Amino acid sequence: MQLPAPFDYERATSVDHTIQLLDRLGGTARIVAGGHSLLPMMKLRLVHVEYLIDINDLHGELGYIRVEPTRIRIGAMTRHRELLDSPELRRALPIFHDAERVIADPLVRNRGTIGGSLCQADPSEDLSAVCTTLNASCVIRGRGGERVVTMAELYRGPYETAVGPAEILTEIRIPLRAGGSSAFEKVGRRAGDWAVVSCGVAVWLDGAVITDARVGLAAVGPNTTGIPAVSQALRGRAPSETLFAAAGAIAAEYCTPVDDQRGSVDYKRHLAAELTRRALRRAVARIDGREL
Amino acid sequence: MQLTMTVNGEEVTAEIEGRLLLVHFLRDHLALTGTHWGCDTSNCGACAVWLDGEPVKSCTVLTAMAAGHEVRTVEGLEQFGELDAIQRGFMECHGLQCGFCTPGMLMTARALLDLNPSPSEQEIREAISGQICRCTGYATIVRSVQWAAAEEAGARTSIIDAGTP
Repeated sequence: MQLPAPFDYERATSVDHTIQLLDRLGGTARIVAGGHSLLPMMKLRLVHVEYLIDINDLHGELGYIRVEPTRIRIGAMTRHRELLDSPELRRALPIFHDAERVIADPLVRNRGTIGGSLCQADPSEDLSAVCTTLNASCVIRGRGGERVVTMAELYRGPYETAVGPAEILTEIRIPLRAGGSSAFEKVGRRAGDWAVVSCGVAVWLDGAVITDARVGLAAVGPNTTGIPAVSQALRGRAPSETLFAAAGAIAAEYCTPVDDQRGSVDYKRHLAAELTRRALRRAVARIDGREL
Repeated sequence: MQLTMTVNGEEVTAEIEGRLLLVHFLRDHLALTGTHWGCDTSNCGACAVWLDGEPVKSCTVLTAMAAGHEVRTVEGLEQFGELDAIQRGFMECHGLQCGFCTPGMLMTARALLDLNPSPSEQEIREAISGQICRCTGYATIVRSVQWAAAEEAGARTSIIDAGTP
């Protein structure tokens, strides 16, 4: 039987209460949201906590998707299932729907949250790639108030984030611009598994010219990776299969995968190229209204 | 710690350790052994129960997290001595062989039919994609869910028919 090591359980009733608890209990306290990453790691003794602060009662405060004219705000306790089922989110950013369909399975998606996924900072985590692609920023709150960090600032390395011991991630903010669309592609070993490689793309067109494009790759580096060289290669060019293939080649070149049980470096580079190409193709088709 | 939750409609109060997982609470403290304890890594889905009406993997939920909430297990499917249509579907269509995955399959399938009374084969396969069965190859499980959907659609039709003069 795998049980976590003993800990004291606390249930937070609000964000402020969570911060008070973290402040009082110190560095060996951890927040648990859906628990589908943290509890397995505690069972395996990869994580040791003395106090576990359950924030599931904060769903009322932090479970929301608010579409505003120039940005979308997503509360950290929004569950995968809510992200998958939101028609407003799918309309504005179809990449979320693409990704959520292939994140874990429906039962896990009933529990797991976007905030928990980002704070886990697993290099293979799909929502991290989505947020990297979309140039999201993260709102972190502590006793001293709020601060906002970029995805690049959030990630300090595998399983390590800028969220301090007495802080909590409260919201993810995603800028919205007209004339664009997005898509997500993933290859896993089996249904519901972590990505061998996954790739998000966001692209904006002005007439027949790409004005901006971003990619975010998971499982090919220490954290999810945005590759500026791909954006540079795409800006100012007309979308074409040749261009998509060239962008894929750049993604393959710039990413830094490692050999593991999910695949070899060569295979992962191949996937980075191919998935970048497919996601670009799909995102551009969506701008043209050829695919939803 | 002391906690109270509702399990299959009945309020239960217990003194537990914070680290106790919901699957063990149900099986070892409440003797509800219908919920199976399988992979322990939230992969196999044999431990699926409902938490506030949604199927979850109880090997990855702390008992403490369910305090104050409603849990429904496979024992709660049967009503007034009559098996649920989904249970009858699994009997009719050989939806189980060894039966280990069955409680999880039943709970997930029941949740699916409550949301979507006539799911496509693809929708059924997606709904049970978090469960592993090593016997049936899934074909008979899908058929069992389809049987239950048809049975319930038929029952609804009969009720409407009966009400028509």
